[in-house]
Amino acid sequence: MLTDSERTEIEATLAHYPHRRSAASGAMRIVQRHRGFLSDEALADIGAFLGVSVEELDSRATFANMLFRHPVGRHVILICDSDCCYVMAYEQMRDHISARLGIGLGQTTPDGRFTFLPIVCLAQCDHAPAMQVDDDFHGDLTPERIDEILARYE
Amino acid sequence: MATVAITIEGVPHEVDDRRNLLDICLSLGYDVPYFCWHPAMGSIGACRQCAVKLFWDDDQQGEIVMSCLTRPRAGNRVAISDPEALRFRAAVIELLMTSHPHDCPVCDEGGECHLQDMTVMTGHVYRRYAFDKRTFENYDLGPFVTHEMNRCIQCYRCLRFYVDYAGGHDFAAFGLRNEVYFGRLRDGALDSEFSGNLVEVCPVGVFDDKTFAAHYTRKWDLQTGPTVCPFCGRGCNTIAGARYGELRRVLNRFNGDVNGYFLCDRGRFAYESVNGPERVRRPLVGLSGLSASELVRGLGARLESALGERRVAVGARPRVARPRPVGIGSPRASLEANFALKRLVGDDRFFLGLADGEHTLVERAVALLRAGPSPTPSLRDIEAADLVIVLGEDLTNTAPMLDLSVRRWARLRPTADEERLGIARWNDAGIGMVKKEEPSALWIAATQAGKLDEIAAETFHGAPDDLARFTLALVAALDPKALRRPPKGLNAGAARTVARFAAALRAAERPVVISGVSSGSLPLLEASAALARALPGAPPAGAAPLALVVPEVNTLGLMLLGGERLSEAFRLAVAGDVEVTLVIENDLYRRAPAAQVTAFLRACGTAIVVDHVTTATTAAAAAVLPAASWAETTGTFVSHEGRAQRSIPALAPPRPVQPTWRWLSALAAAARLPVGQDWLTLDDVLDELARERPDLAPAALAAPPADARFVAMKIPRQPTRYSGRTAMHADVSVFDAAPPDDRDTPMSFSMEGYREQPPAALIARYQAPRWNSVQALNKFQEEIGGPLRGGDPGVRLIEPPAAPGPPPPVPTAPPAFRPASDRLLAVPLHHIYGSEELSMLSPPVAGRAPEPYLALSPGDAARWGGREGAPLPVLLHGAEKLHLSLPLRIVASLPEGVAGLPVGLPRQPFLDLPAELEIDHESRHV
Ligand code: SF4
Ligand code: SF4
Ligand code: FES
Repeated sequence: MLTDSERTEIEATLAHYPHRRSAASGAMRIVQRHRGFLSDEALADIGAFLGVSVEELDSRATFANMLFRHPVGRHVILICDSDCCYVMAYEQMRDHISARLGIGLGQTTPDGRFTFLPIVCLAQCDHAPAMQVDDDFHGDLTPERIDEILARYE
Repeated sequence: MATVAITIEGVPHEVDDRRNLLDICLSLGYDVPYFCWHPAMGSIGACRQCAVKLFWDDDQQGEIVMSCLTRPRAGNRVAISDPEALRFRAAVIELLMTSHPHDCPVCDEGGECHLQDMTVMTGHVYRRYAFDKRTFENYDLGPFVTHEMNRCIQCYRCLRFYVDYAGGHDFAAFGLRNEVYFGRLRDGALDSEFSGNLVEVCPVGVFDDKTFAAHYTRKWDLQTGPTVCPFCGRGCNTIAGARYGELRRVLNRFNGDVNGYFLCDRGRFAYESVNGPERVRRPLVGLSGLSASELVRGLGARLESALGERRVAVGARPRVARPRPVGIGSPRASLEANFALKRLVGDDRFFLGLADGEHTLVERAVALLRAGPSPTPSLRDIEAADLVIVLGEDLTNTAPMLDLSVRRWARLRPTADEERLGIARWNDAGIGMVKKEEPSALWIAATQAGKLDEIAAETFHGAPDDLARFTLALVAALDPKALRRPPKGLNAGAARTVARFAAALRAAERPVVISGVSSGSLPLLEASAALARALPGAPPAGAAPLALVVPEVNTLGLMLLGGERLSEAFRLAVAGDVEVTLVIENDLYRRAPAAQVTAFLRACGTAIVVDHVTTATTAAAAAVLPAASWAETTGTFVSHEGRAQRSIPALAPPRPVQPTWRWLSALAAAARLPVGQDWLTLDDVLDELARERPDLAPAALAAPPADARFVAMKIPRQPTRYSGRTAMHADVSVFDAAPPDDRDTPMSFSMEGYREQPPAALIARYQAPRWNSVQALNKFQEEIGGPLRGGDPGVRLIEPPAAPGPPPPVPTAPPAFRPASDRLLAVPLHHIYGSEELSMLSPPVAGRAPEPYLALSPGDAARWGGREGAPLPVLLHGAEKLHLSLPLRIVASLPEGVAGLPVGLPRQPFLDLPAELEIDHESRHV
């Protein structure tokens, strides 16, 4: 069952959409914010509330980069591997983060602090190479800057 | 529409600019590869396989376009074989196949695979991708459909069919990029009644027929025949395929007037009774072990002596009425079999073999259709409608393909908006967007909720009599003078609903009314016809088309032929007036209360049953003659549309099994009757039918006669590459067995014969050079989506009368339904898996059927103290009192005072519905 606050937040978005089902992606983000990730149970709750099949929700959830169907760490690092960042040494940044955290892409640190994921484009091409941690953008990355940024997330 | 002049491959053509270039090229016979486009679902541009080069005016450079998404403009030059387009297409398929497992030898699609055909067509022969392939785990999708996702080429056809067209919810595309997964969320049977179409819609071997896999045969080794689906009154056209004397699968056979490109899952997966242990393969007579011919001689003698009196009595006045034979026909037997029986026993001794209530309803349905002026709609008529109203039918379960047809109509129905926005019919994504914003034009009034409700503008639920009142209130709203006494006393809610329905109906220009006999209500039937008459329609009828659903494959044909009531045969027998009873293809225990049937079978003299499956009736018979099954017999069946269609067998019946009418002819000969002895082929029976019943004479035209030849040849049922012909009977004889003779059709059970396209009614396989999959159908049509060359098969036996007859009596509204304080009205509930007799002999279908139950509204459940799933003892006041104890199912949409009982389930007594029902308190407290 959705919690009261989840339900209230989703209801507040319904007015923006012509159909209830159009609110599905937004509803998933809301519930994810509360629960950290989208479990099967979370999808079932949202589906029951919006009258949308779980299949349809999961089809969107598995398509969208920002919706997580597995538990993630306290902070999620999304590193851009799109063209500009690639040219601007994305690989080096990726390897640096991996070495620092001891995890590869798609993995979570054993202490549950970080999950490390790739993403196609953050629209930060003018600041390539770029990454996003939780809701913050970080551009013009260098190994040193990365160390400094990561230290800010406990 | 405009016709524009373009060139294709340098050849000038005049083409319709509303169509897309892919459709145009294919219609003109050019080969253009494609994956995601589907003739019934249009274009989506997902696969990029249909690329061609397009030149505008004097442009020499040209551009690559997706032909499925491009409309022709005057002066366009289309180059399919342009080198750049060729390279493009080869590259596309190479990319689509990077993760394909190349496992054709173990893939059920192999040999009839669209991907194989397209790969060969594009010339992609060498694999260069040397990396890991993405791999998936598959799900168990239930008893009908297999799942092997590694073969997927991401064309999205499955998703579009299952979700967008068939309205399924338990299916989706998951993931993204080169890892898209098509299927369910978890293991479990696909919920849609149309899931089997995935087998034909998917161009590769991801979704295949699981029942076929259990006795798999390559397409080129299948002997096939153009059959008619025997499992409901819709009469969909099918292709049945056999090998080693066993029926192995059923595929769609295109008929643009009936079922188009699709089938329901009952039609596709319920064929197992032909092979099953219930088959009657030898004559059954106690333990006497008579041969078939001895038995026929003996039975003939019985028949002769029983008929003797009648013969000497001709001209003379019979002194004492001596007991005489009776014949009981069947709605699942062909028109010819029923007619043959009727000839043998005489008009007054032929009984239709329908349940009494159903007899009344179907008789009325036929009268209403004959009186017109509303014509019955074909599938094309439904597709052209601007409004559909369904009255009292749960189409998903009573005529499943009508459900799918209504869904496809709802998605594609032509509307003004689409014209205004200039969106082409085939632009699937565009049409989908437009339709999403349009109000639904489907209106439903039914006893309880059905699956179609979710796409309806509005649904009204009521007891059958209230549905009739509701319908008559609509008639009165449309035409205040139509009824002498419009129904009074609708409550305020119902009156507002009537107003909304009526407003929609009033605005409709091409409405279609769908009703039928499934709810068991005569007033509703009459009211539906009155509504069709009150609505506009095309000339000459000037009234809206009226489709009346009837339950079985030949229910309508049987009633058109005409005969007495089954209950009348019972009466005669019990009065001692029957000596020798012939029952064809009918289990009487499904038609009347067991006590009545048993009393009849005891009193009816010698009971001879001709059937292909054992039933309670064959068990009680003195003799059973083995009839050819629907897949082994040629016969004409009349669908609920009034369309006579010839079903032509896929395989020859094994001796001594033969078609019912041949047994009857043999009995006629043995009894030295003046009729029936000269029926050597089916055409002899049809000739006699035409002489005796000129109104049914067109039935003979449903397919070419047996002596038709094509360049002096018959049409072969086996493909040219059919293997093992000289070896497959080597365990019986080392000599090459002669193929069985087919005296009833111009088709042969062999590989030799006419190889060009046969007349539409004789198409047993879709295959063309370079096209081995079902997509070869494109080559058999006049144009894509259009009729088969020479016209879609079938002959309509009921057309609106040219001159309008006297207006039919105006129906009067029944009184409003008021539930009695201690009784409920039990109405029949129908199940696609469960309610039909033969399909339930197929284990995959039987496995999906419900156990018997009692449905009550939440209010009544509370009132009678029933809990969901707990057994509730009830007493049914039908033709006989019946005690039942059934688990309760609470159905929110059922009206108060109405109970639902599933009908037709095996091992369930005959339920005479609608009938009153009471909760049996006494046995409850014992
Ligand atoms: S499963 Fe078949 S129909 Fe569905 S996308 Fe893949 S290839 Fe196309
Ligand atoms: S709708 Fe009826 S006739 Fe058509 S395939 Fe289904 S069972 Fe057969
Ligand atoms: S058929 Fe045209 S893009 Fe797929």
